[in-house]
Amino acid sequence: MRIPLSWIREVADVPADQSGRDVAERLISAGLEVETVDTVGAGLKGPIVVGHVREIEELTEFKKPIRWCQVDIGASEPSGIICGAQNFTEGDLVVVAPPGTTLPGDFTITARETYGHVSNGMICSERELGLGDDHAGIIVLPEGTAEAGADASQILGVGDDVLDIAITPDRGYALSLRGIGREVAIAYGVDFHDPVDRAETLPGPADDRAPAACASDDLEACPLFTLRTITGIDPHTPTPQWMRNRLRDCGMRSVSLAVDITNYVMLELGQPLHAFDLDALQGTVRAGRAQPGESLETIDHVERTLSVDDLTIRDDRGPIGLAGTMGGATTEIADDTVNIALEAAYFGAEVVARMGRRHRLTSEASRRFERGIDRALAPIASARASELLVDLAGGTYQGMTAVEAPMEERFIRISGDLPSQVAGMDILVDDVIATLEAIGCSITVDGGELTVAPPPWRPDLTDPADLVEEVVRLVGYAKLPSTLPTAPAGHGLTHAQRLQRRIGTVLAARGLVEVLTYPFTSDADADALRWPHDDERRVSPRLANPLSDEQPKLRAAILPTLLVAAQRNISRGFDDTAIFEMGAVFRGPAGSQHAPRPGVDQRPSDEEWQQLQDLLPDQPTHLGAVFTGNRAAKTWADDAEAFTWADALSVAQDVCQVLGVEYVVERGDDPSFHPGRCAQVIVAGEPVAIAGELHPSVTEAWGLPPRSCALELDVSHAIESSPEVRPAPDFSSHPVAKEDIALVVAGDVSARDVAASITRGAGELLESLSLFDVYEGDQVPDGHKSVAFALRFRAPDRTLSAEELAGIRESIVETTAADVGARLR
Amino acid sequence: MSGPNTNFDPKQVASLDVDAVEAMVADARAAFAAADDLDALKAARLAHAGDRSPLALANREIGALPPAAKADAGKRVGQARAAVKTALEEREVVLTQERDARVLESEAVDITLPVGRAAVGGRHPLTTLMERMADVFISMGYDIAEGPEAEAEWANFDALNVPPDHPARTMQDTFYVESADSGVVLRTQTSPIQIRAMLERPLPIYVVAPGRVYRTDELDATHTPVFHQIEGLAVDEGLTMGDLKGTLDHLARQMFGEGIVTRLRPSYFPFTEPSAEVDLECFVCRGASVGDASRACRTCGSEGWIEWGGCGMVNPRVLAAVGIDTDVYRGFAFGMGIERTLMFRNSVTDMRDMVEGDVRFTTAFGVDA
Repeated sequence: MRIPLSWIREVADVPADQSGRDVAERLISAGLEVETVDTVGAGLKGPIVVGHVREIEELTEFKKPIRWCQVDIGASEPSGIICGAQNFTEGDLVVVAPPGTTLPGDFTITARETYGHVSNGMICSERELGLGDDHAGIIVLPEGTAEAGADASQILGVGDDVLDIAITPDRGYALSLRGIGREVAIAYGVDFHDPVDRAETLPGPADDRAPAACASDDLEACPLFTLRTITGIDPHTPTPQWMRNRLRDCGMRSVSLAVDITNYVMLELGQPLHAFDLDALQGTVRAGRAQPGESLETIDHVERTLSVDDLTIRDDRGPIGLAGTMGGATTEIADDTVNIALEAAYFGAEVVARMGRRHRLTSEASRRFERGIDRALAPIASARASELLVDLAGGTYQGMTAVEAPMEERFIRISGDLPSQVAGMDILVDDVIATLEAIGCSITVDGGELTVAPPPWRPDLTDPADLVEEVVRLVGYAKLPSTLPTAPAGHGLTHAQRLQRRIGTVLAARGLVEVLTYPFTSDADADALRWPHDDERRVSPRLANPLSDEQPKLRAAILPTLLVAAQRNISRGFDDTAIFEMGAVFRGPAGSQHAPRPGVDQRPSDEEWQQLQDLLPDQPTHLGAVFTGNRAAKTWADDAEAFTWADALSVAQDVCQVLGVEYVVERGDDPSFHPGRCAQVIVAGEPVAIAGELHPSVTEAWGLPPRSCALELDVSHAIESSPEVRPAPDFSSHPVAKEDIALVVAGDVSARDVAASITRGAGELLESLSLFDVYEGDQVPDGHKSVAFALRFRAPDRTLSAEELAGIRESIVETTAADVGARLR
Repeated sequence: MSGPNTNFDPKQVASLDVDAVEAMVADARAAFAAADDLDALKAARLAHAGDRSPLALANREIGALPPAAKADAGKRVGQARAAVKTALEEREVVLTQERDARVLESEAVDITLPVGRAAVGGRHPLTTLMERMADVFISMGYDIAEGPEAEAEWANFDALNVPPDHPARTMQDTFYVESADSGVVLRTQTSPIQIRAMLERPLPIYVVAPGRVYRTDELDATHTPVFHQIEGLAVDEGLTMGDLKGTLDHLARQMFGEGIVTRLRPSYFPFTEPSAEVDLECFVCRGASVGDASRACRTCGSEGWIEWGGCGMVNPRVLAAVGIDTDVYRGFAFGMGIERTLMFRNSVTDMRDMVEGDVRFTTAFGVDA
């Protein structure tokens, strides 16, 4: 809401020395968010004067139409001025910046030769003067506004401060001079002159024409509907400049006098009004729901298909407006409209909000109805507008018709010390009462209890807490003390929270870089990842209104979104990267056509709460990692080393190590990976991770270098197996005995199986084994390989003898021969 | 080696007389000193301290002396041998040090060569900043609460006193899971975690909830449709707005330095009443830039305060929706944007840097923000 300070001063006795910025500070403290304070015509230096256009000579020899004008600016001789605008004629009053005046943007006018003439000044538009955005043409003042040569800056309101205030949804009343003026008066502790009180009484109706009839078919959605009839206005009377200034400063365009008056009164009082061309109406004007199959062309020239939930304004022929939102094209005020039906009504906030949502349509009127307007205001505002139509447009008032449902009385009971208790500081009950009265409440006091009747313009005040906020904000949040409550002893991080932090730190120490990607993906991504059609990862929630139709689904795995980040790094010249992300993935269906909607006046039942949980997809935390290019660059000492499947797998193993879970590595068969270079990591009998080299078609689809590697690990699942307490190891201090053993096995025997067999054959004295060489070549038969292990033995109670070790070695050879067909190399 | 000779005059065994023994020691010392490396010293050792050295031979002669002379000679030779040994060891230490110094010097490298071959990793500053803020609350006894990102519309809106036709629910802001009336949204705020905490935890409740949230904004320098918030909730007997202010002041001090405070400005949120915007005292200029063009502050735009988040006393309607007795309990809640905090705290100028996954952004922060 934009509002000029000069208008505020008409209703609140703000001290004369206060600037717009001063007023803004006060309002901000009171909770009205003033975003900017602008000065009308800021940057304008030097005089601007009213000019009377005496003669216009059209210069036609140029590419665009140019006028050579003789303009009387109060001097003995008219000034010759070149002008490119076309929206004025001889006899019009215009605004002239004479030579020497500086316009906003530091543009100083000089007498200069242009288009073959010496132009002695400039005829200005609103934008050129820094008054507003209008640059459709130059300013043409209404006839009779002033004499030629008069100071135009005063006529145009130059120098006024305009406050732009962001109105929160609960403060609909502040979308008006009346509401803001009251807040300013309270903030300064000065008198407020309610424009409703000083509205002059409308003369009684002339009785030469019956007023148009009205009705409300839905007294719940429209409990108050009024229609005033004004006839015989002069459609050619221009809007007076003072009203144009106000509209301009409030950010509205001047349209025609009748429409301008409805907008002016809306800005002044907060009541939206709509003027119909009376002669375009047929029969009774009524508020009622749309009928099936109806449509309406609104004044923005959009043909709108109506829903039976829409509240319309109708006449005998059908809908003529969307209630409280926008009028229809066929009944709007036209250039030649002389008779007017002026609608002023109360429409429910919800019905207007729903309609706006359905039609994706908001207007100055709907913004006010959605936030709730003064239930009592409609007839007052329409009287004010009628008065202006009579006074300014020469109309004749013909009377009013109205329907109204009884207005409910509202009371809130509140303990007088509640504001003090909630704020945590002393606020006297007398101050509570004074504050609530200042915002318009009426109060009866019964001991410490207050019964508060909020004013009709404050539909937001319904609960004791609302009154507490009013009191505390007006006392001033700045006065609140700063105290610390004592929370009970806490629990610290949960097991899972702590471990997730550790995973992140360990991965960073391993050289992986954390990134955070948007979790949006698509079926095309699933195809590119080669997920089969029945893959469970294809079932993830789809958004009704995605950011991009290309990515309408939530990710079921980290990889599809992380691969994009990997590609972005490559495109920016970082070919050798290891990135990771830990975050939610979304699995399974979500939502229901029959989603439960428990009430909010009591705790939902356990069953209802469970039903709400059942709407949600599974959302485990996953870890994804992508490795591209080299793990180590070539240096002065070493050659470059490329990332391999082993890096991806070893990161997965590191995570298992962080979690303290036992794991087994098996061959994996995830279709996104190289079929021969994919591992799956098993924890507690279930796969928790896939790691390895990406399938060539996957790297190609995402524009990654061949042999890029990746990992996807279900952190939530793996953490379930993570022990809360880790037992200390029990180890022997007797000497270690080291043995190497090289075995020849068939080429398709896995290293893991050989190791398992060695472990079995070695018995419990084996402390550890590690594979240090794999050899295929001349030294072993075709189709075979040699695998060499370093073994460490240790006994808990003695030094092992050579005989014992020889026996163990014998046992290993026998066992591996039997298990995996190994023979000693 | 001959047997003991019992027939000679001890004065005639020249090798055992005082001068001779002293000469042997002097010879040995001279030889050791002359040895200029360990190999030369080894030769000198064999000559002067070995089995066939003059002193070793002299030692053997002692047995042939009459008993009366044995003790005297034995003592003299023993002392001489000890002196030689000491001299040898001293020289050996010196020569070993000299050799080591020579060898190590020859092994010197250019220590300005680039090292550290392993890639440098890092944690995203949004993650570490969230952890850091959460830790302030952990230290105050709060627990970290969590909730799902795809959330029941009831928990994201209804229970938070955002009625079905409230402007905040419009499709312009909220991602709905298909179809639009499925009852599931991507949470638009971390506040539904308040609802979960109050439904699932015993009173009193002190929790903080960092997490990712979603709104249908287009990505630009100051907006991102996917961002992070940290939410705080306390529900206890007798909580006040002063407690809320004190808690925010404590967070401000921990994150931005001693003496930094917050300012509350009245505002509106459906789930709090009274509600307030939280401003942070500018931790760079501490207000000195206000109205002083010569001290212009980029962090706060010379306003002296930085918009930080929203807060308020939990609306009793929200407490009612989760079955908490509003006659006994009051609550306060607050929420801040993590991206926004990172922007002004760490001077990030473009929000796109946080979301694009460029490794340069993360690695610049290492493992802390």
